[in-house]
Amino acid sequence: MRHIISLLMENESGALSRVAGLFSARGYNIESLTVAPTEDATLSRMTIVTSGSEEVIEQIVKQLNKLIDVVKVLDLSEGSHIERELMLVKVRAFGKDREEMKRMADIFRGNIIDVTERTYTIEVTGPGSKLDAFIEAIDPVAILETVRTGASGIGRGERILKL
Amino acid sequence: MTGAEIMVRCLMDEGVELVFGYPGGAVLNIYDAIFKQDGFKHILVRHEQAAVHAADGYARSTGKVGVALVTSGPGLTNAVTGIATAYMDSIPLVIISGQVSTPAIGQDAFQEVDAVGITRPCVKHNFLVKDVKNLALTLKKAFYIASTGRPGPVLVDIPKDVTAHLAVYAYPETVTMRSYSAVSKGHSGQIKKAAQMLLDAERPMIYSGGGVILSNASRQLVELVRLLNHPCTNTLMGLGAYPATDRQFVGMLGMHGTYEANMAMQHCDVLLAVGARFDDRVIGSTEHFARESRRIIHIDIDPSSIAKRVKVDVPIVGDVAAVLDEMIKLIKAGQGGKNAVALAAWWTQIEAWRARDCLKFDRESAVIKPQYVVEQLWNVTQGDAYVTTDVGQHQMWAAQFYKFDQPRRWITSGGLGTMGFGLPAALGVQLAHPGKQVACVTGESSIQMCIQELSTCLQYHAPIKVVNLNNRYMGMVRQWQEFFYGNRYAESYMDSLPDFVKLAEAYGHVGMKIEHPGDVEGALREAFALKDRLVFMDFITDQTENVFPMVPNGAGISEMILAEEL
Ligand SMILES: Cc1cc2nc3c(=O)[nH]c(=O)nc-3n(C[C@H](O)[C@H](O)[C@H](O)COP(=O)(O)OP(=O)(O)OC[C@H]3O[C@@H](n4cnc5c(N)ncnc54)[C@H](O)[C@@H]3O)c2cc1C
Ligand SMILES: Cc1ncc(C[n+]2csc(CCOP(=O)(O)OP(=O)(O)O)c2C)c(N)n1
Ligand SMILES: [Mg+2]
Repeated sequence: MRHIISLLMENESGALSRVAGLFSARGYNIESLTVAPTEDATLSRMTIVTSGSEEVIEQIVKQLNKLIDVVKVLDLSEGSHIERELMLVKVRAFGKDREEMKRMADIFRGNIIDVTERTYTIEVTGPGSKLDAFIEAIDPVAILETVRTGASGIGRGERILKL
Repeated sequence: MTGAEIMVRCLMDEGVELVFGYPGGAVLNIYDAIFKQDGFKHILVRHEQAAVHAADGYARSTGKVGVALVTSGPGLTNAVTGIATAYMDSIPLVIISGQVSTPAIGQDAFQEVDAVGITRPCVKHNFLVKDVKNLALTLKKAFYIASTGRPGPVLVDIPKDVTAHLAVYAYPETVTMRSYSAVSKGHSGQIKKAAQMLLDAERPMIYSGGGVILSNASRQLVELVRLLNHPCTNTLMGLGAYPATDRQFVGMLGMHGTYEANMAMQHCDVLLAVGARFDDRVIGSTEHFARESRRIIHIDIDPSSIAKRVKVDVPIVGDVAAVLDEMIKLIKAGQGGKNAVALAAWWTQIEAWRARDCLKFDRESAVIKPQYVVEQLWNVTQGDAYVTTDVGQHQMWAAQFYKFDQPRRWITSGGLGTMGFGLPAALGVQLAHPGKQVACVTGESSIQMCIQELSTCLQYHAPIKVVNLNNRYMGMVRQWQEFFYGNRYAESYMDSLPDFVKLAEAYGHVGMKIEHPGDVEGALREAFALKDRLVFMDFITDQTENVFPMVPNGAGISEMILAEEL
């Protein structure tokens, strides 16, 4: 099962490698991992998308909690939450494709953020499945380059991960 | 004060008595500061691996934090085996390593290695101190983290320039960290549930491990086991937590555990696991273990030890001593005894298993049986020695035949299984306990991995008794090759062995070679009578003896190979 885990950790050098090292040493999957400082510069917030049986996920959460630099861990998938990911796609956009690409970007509420005579760079935000759908929807030969941030997640309503 | 002086003062204020170390360029400032102080004693080992093992032996036998000091680069890499050994067995250590100066970090400087990176997977935590102002607090944190919760080694890497920079010294009295706190009390509701389950059990089993020793909870364990009249087994790491000479003790369990302990483990209806982690060498195949239904109570301070390999019905996260105190109170006040008949029948069953006498060996043999040597060691030392070991068959025979009645007397590398551990660990133990009997039970292969420490033992007057069970084989490897590889003994013989008697003498010690069973006891008595000398006893033992019982790798815990079946 896919899980999205959020954690707060000390914004110390090496903290990221402790988490990454844990996943590789114990053979856990990482689908994506994002990290950046929070409004409190001494804390970083990380979102990890992983998958595994219930037992494996339980171990992942326990092992993350065990890392000395980790302050708090929350398995977002245990409750209602929101996920967003940002994708930048550079597509070929000339001739009849140009109009089509613009139309697709609009349908997916994407923004065209860079334009040349022959290309568009489209920014799409949403849950991972929406980004997948966008990729599916456009002609694969038109795709020149894609870059995705990996998911960020947050609990809904009063579900707050804070110190 | 300089960083080096601050470091030295921190160790003094932390109450450190012994530092095991080896100098080098990156730690010269530190050594200069050590030269000028007399708050603690520095023990100069002959190899950094041994510095860590010695600090580890000190820690295991005293319960205090062991301290080792090594230089950057090769000093640190040599220490890694020792650090990983301590990590696997949850031993509290603080390892201080020198590092190249901060501006040189990342430049492939002379003797630079990424100490924090290399040790990250085998430490509880590690630090690189980049600013002398953080040095004292970092060392305080290191001791705090190493010794609380589930203990473990903590590395503090200090660049050379930091040891020269100046700062005002202030050692914090206490430390709090928002990202780390150690639980102690267990959940009362869970403890209550567990107490009732234990009282109602018909076929109970108490399985205790290294956590009981680490928690200094031997007294509580004994009280609980006696109160309930349940059988008790110890893991390799837990030996001594429950007295081995007591009737309720059924021996060690696991791959080389006793028949009765493994059968009771498999067939019990309520299992209390205390400070033990269901290691693969303990319960064998988890599928086989799960075939019999039983309810499991698991007490452990580390939540990640619980439900890691087996499903648990009543998890209790907490310190063994605190949890057992609470449990004992409830049991004393509780209603039990309804199960007296069932419990009596269970004991009858256990006695029947015990009657198979699974540890029997040939007592008429003309060559020395290794089991007999350990038995006589126990006899001659009246069960009162500290015993360290290396890794292999001799380690298992020491575990099976030396009946430990007290905790912290049995010092062995269980989790990593590090050959070379025994002698330096014995050095640490002996220096922590002057005047006490310390034996190192070893094999001719293992002892050669840290043999250079015989020199350190001479320098610091450590009158260790080395019991070398010399079978001219890497016996444990040979045993697996005999059982599982069609007797193809690939590279498991020991050729060109040194003359251990001369070798001991060359290092300034007493050497003895013992070749006949009739001489075993006398030699041991003679050796232990030499109270201020290290004596190296080279026992020429049966080459083909095997360790029984044995649970083959991956088999079920009750699927043992017993001696008589071969
Ligand atoms: C050649 C060889 C053969 C071996 N054969 C066997 C064998 O037959 N039988 C056997 O038992 N082992 C054997 N071992 C050892 C085995 O590999 C493991 O090291 C050992 O079984 C682990 O012991 P343990 O479960 O007691 O855990 P430990 O490694 O001692 O871990 C202690 C546990 O207690 C917890 N803990 C720590 N402090 C506290 C506290 N204050 N309160 C509560 N919990 C705490 C920890 O979180 C951890 O889960 C062998 C090793 C070798 C090298
Ligand atoms: C550093 C290290 N290398 C290899 C091993 C694998 N190993 C386990 S037991 C053993 C043989 C030990 O031989 P010896 O010390 O003579 O003990 P014996 O089994 O003969 O009693 C080996 C090679 C190990 N445990 N540690
Ligand atoms: Mg041998």
